[in-house]
Amino acid sequence: MALELKNLYDDFRDGETIKAYAEIIAKDAKKLKNPINIMEVCGGHTHTIMKFGLPQLMPDNINFIHGPGCPVCIMPKERIDHAYILAMQPDVILVTLGDMIKVPGSHGSLQDARAKGADVRFVYSPMECIKIAQDNLNKKVIFFAIGFETTTPMTAVLVEQVIKQKIPNILFHINHVTVPEVMVELIDSRDVHVDSYNNRIDAFLGPSHVSVISGSKIYDKFPKDYGRPVVVSGFEPVDVMQGISMIVKQFIEERCELEIQYKRVVNHEGNLNAQKLIDTYFEKIDLFRWRGLGNVPESGLKLKDEFAFLDAEVVYKNVLPLAEIEDHKLCICGDILRGMAKPPECTIFGTVCKPTTPIGSCMVSSEGACAAYYKYGNLL
Amino acid sequence: MCLSIPSKVVKISDDRTMCTVDTMGVQRDANLMMMGDDEIQVGDYVLLHIGFVMNKIDEKEALISLDTYKEILEIMDENDRRKTILDDDECPNRGE
Repeated sequence: MALELKNLYDDFRDGETIKAYAEIIAKDAKKLKNPINIMEVCGGHTHTIMKFGLPQLMPDNINFIHGPGCPVCIMPKERIDHAYILAMQPDVILVTLGDMIKVPGSHGSLQDARAKGADVRFVYSPMECIKIAQDNLNKKVIFFAIGFETTTPMTAVLVEQVIKQKIPNILFHINHVTVPEVMVELIDSRDVHVDSYNNRIDAFLGPSHVSVISGSKIYDKFPKDYGRPVVVSGFEPVDVMQGISMIVKQFIEERCELEIQYKRVVNHEGNLNAQKLIDTYFEKIDLFRWRGLGNVPESGLKLKDEFAFLDAEVVYKNVLPLAEIEDHKLCICGDILRGMAKPPECTIFGTVCKPTTPIGSCMVSSEGACAAYYKYGNLL
Repeated sequence: MCLSIPSKVVKISDDRTMCTVDTMGVQRDANLMMMGDDEIQVGDYVLLHIGFVMNKIDEKEALISLDTYKEILEIMDENDRRKTILDDDECPNRGE
């Protein structure tokens, strides 16, 4: 029988190292003056933390807060509706990545649109849009672009190629969002409707692949201006444990710094060419509405006005509604993302709201906190 | 689970837009358009994400992590090994 990767990790690989780090953390944590809440910003980290049972290895005074770093989860329903409506337009091929295809909007999911005859395609890389467009010159290919700083430059490369190669039938629906702005929001909301969660997050485990592109410099302000240490960490369990250990050491040594655990690929400056590509084609929008969190200033991107002819939101503006659609009133995803609640505290968690019938953002994609708690339920 | 296995650049196309990388014995093409001119050379170790070269990996660090991955992958049968390597850079949901 073929071995699964999980068994390999459990049995052969990281067990001893993880245990050693758990001991170091437990020893160091005794010296902490106050308990600390650490937010792992990235959905990849949440997945690792739950899959490998890392909360169980933590002493009582170290608590994980599961952050908003899953691009599928944070998409508000009205934008999923956009994808659905665009897919249902005549002569349109809608192309996207990831779990996006399963997420229900108010009309249904992209899978449902496909069942009704829409041409919806899932690709491994955005560049596949070029071939699809060339093979279907009588149709419009709309790339529904999602993701953080990690995937934004790939979309920028596709935009550049569409312009350079004069490809007449590719448009973009841009849903790219940025990490530092939402981190600021989670520390200190400027939303007048929410004012009760200040100081819930003591430190951040910074996402690694975002930092490969943007450099760790995007987190400089968190230790400096907000008094929150940041350790940029890799995705494997040993990386996460080492990252946590580095954060705990900062607290006991009364340091507040930006550190990189994942030095094998992350540096302070990042990929400057990729940053230039982003700046060439995209600009910040005033507000992006995050599912579960609400409006976050300057946390989203759009195509610059000079490229509006490629923007599906402009080209199809007559069919795309602008009204916001609220989440289910029983859903507490916003509180979970702010560290005020854990998934099992939600009354609909695991009953009404399940991965097959997700109600809230954290259950929508496999990298959401609720989906991770549901999947690795023996850890509840 | 995304491993972020380092890949070695074995060939660069004449127009320098694409390269062939070797990820622990499995070869495939990757897009170079996110990198600066001449930034990547044959022999460099790189990190891939959704078909693109994201950045260079320090060679010393790359070799250390390759050793670790080798231990895992040696235990898998050929099909699983290939699938794990090919799926490694996908994870499009990951925030980053």
